[in-house]
Amino acid sequence: MLTAEEIKEIDEAIHVVPYKQAACIEALKVVQNHRKWVSDESLKEVAAYMEMTIDELDSVATFYNMIFRKPVGRHVILVCDSISCWVMGYESLRDELTKKLGIKLGETSADNRFTMLPNPCLGTCDCAPAMMIGNDLYRNITLDQLDDILKKYE
Amino acid sequence: MEKPLTGHIREDLRPLTLKEYEKVGGYQSLKKILKGMTPQAVQAVVKDSNLRGRGGAGFPTGMKWSFVPLDAPKPKYLIVNADEMEPGTFKDRLLLESAPHQLIEGMIVSAYAIQADQSFVFLRWAYKVAAQNITKAIQEAYEAGYLGKNILGSGFNLDMHLHTGVGRYMCGEETALLNSLEGKRATPRAKPPFPQISGLFGKPTIVNNVETLSCIPHIINNGAEWFKKLSLTDDAGTKLYGVSGKVKKPGLWELPMGVTMRELLEKYAGGMQDGLKFRGALPGGASTDFMVEEHLDVKMDYPSVAAVGSRLGTGTMIVLDDKTSVVGFVKNLIHFFAQESCGFCTPCREGLPWIEKVLHAIDLKEGKKGDIEMLEAHTKLLGPGMTFCALAPGAMEPLQSAIKYFRKDFEKYIKDLHEQKSGVRTTVTA
Repeated sequence: MLTAEEIKEIDEAIHVVPYKQAACIEALKVVQNHRKWVSDESLKEVAAYMEMTIDELDSVATFYNMIFRKPVGRHVILVCDSISCWVMGYESLRDELTKKLGIKLGETSADNRFTMLPNPCLGTCDCAPAMMIGNDLYRNITLDQLDDILKKYE
Repeated sequence: MEKPLTGHIREDLRPLTLKEYEKVGGYQSLKKILKGMTPQAVQAVVKDSNLRGRGGAGFPTGMKWSFVPLDAPKPKYLIVNADEMEPGTFKDRLLLESAPHQLIEGMIVSAYAIQADQSFVFLRWAYKVAAQNITKAIQEAYEAGYLGKNILGSGFNLDMHLHTGVGRYMCGEETALLNSLEGKRATPRAKPPFPQISGLFGKPTIVNNVETLSCIPHIINNGAEWFKKLSLTDDAGTKLYGVSGKVKKPGLWELPMGVTMRELLEKYAGGMQDGLKFRGALPGGASTDFMVEEHLDVKMDYPSVAAVGSRLGTGTMIVLDDKTSVVGFVKNLIHFFAQESCGFCTPCREGLPWIEKVLHAIDLKEGKKGDIEMLEAHTKLLGPGMTFCALAPGAMEPLQSAIKYFRKDFEKYIKDLHEQKSGVRTTVTA
């Protein structure tokens, strides 16, 4: 069941557009915001509310990489793997994170603390390499800073 | 040196409040047009200014607007494409985070010029600070009567909404962006009809880049001639130029349009890091052709860069040094495009992953005879006119120019180039 709060937020998004289905991406964002990811059950609930078939909504949900159709950990690490970061040391950053957290790209740690995902260009190429953890952007990362950065996320 | 777009940005990059922005001349252009300029007159100034779209394609902005039927019934839409995601591009982020009111003012004036009554900021999800700053600035603009009904008593109405995306490079393609705003998969639309006639929800729509719209208030305030004079060449205005890669001081600078690549590289970016040599650069993001040493004195404007077979693109260049693998560099770019292909048309969906696999094999020193020729054939098969949108042709630009300028770098990883009689690849792993 969608919560009252979720419905209120979805309705706000519907209000901006001429017909309900146009707000379906917003609706998926609302649900993901509250539940961390979009499960099959969540998808069913949103589809019913948006008066769409489940398949129709899932075709939208699975298109966008920032809608998570699989569970993620408490914190999502997005490591920029695009060109400027690659030139400036993305691969060693990725490998160091794997070493410290015991997870590869696409995996979630056993304690559910972190999910690590590759991500295209974060738009901060003069400060490469870069990554995001949740809403926080880290730039000009050196490997010796990683412990201090990761410590902030429990 | 005049820096209309960034001159008012604070050292610490905190955006100006509405009051502070008004003190440096903010919202004057809006007052000016509402006092006595017709939409046609606003369009005429922008057309005369020679402003070209800063999103990468360089289409003349005034001309783009002129295709909107002014007498069409409302709603009409003005959208700013703030979905900056071209690898190596980091220019709009600054304007979005640190100069939100300038963008909003540009959007209101532009909406007036095409008589739009609804506007959207299509913002990339990753730009969290920008989202906060734009939300606050839109709210301030409503409170000051610059947005909403009957703006400054003129009878002109405009609403503005912030939409943050959920990923995918395709959303930066104008018509795919419209599909995404309509709650659909971000696949491109057939043109014609062009968005100016049938865009968002089938209504007349203009989509412009952040930097483009940020220029508008200054053009209205100071005139078309002033804007042209900012530039060193026939292309008008200033440009946000950036440099990333292994240079001493990577960065972003607002400079007169038409500075040379050498000036950007040596004067502004401080030259290559010690011990490294310049081999080439993509002048304006991942989907532009390499320029090499012989092009260092080319002026960085649209026609000059086009004359040497590349594109100015977004104006943010990515530098390739002599210790970085060319094949690895290109493989990284193709990986991005293969991943971001929307899968809608066959050459792009099937061709890009195949190219990536072959580049991967070459990168592992397992290339086979004929691989380079196969890659070259693909640059034509995925080139302009062969695909539904510009994604695959854009992806082919760095590939074709890398083979052209750095062919030996590819050849040295092809096994038995000269002896091998027949080479049929049976397995490729990527």
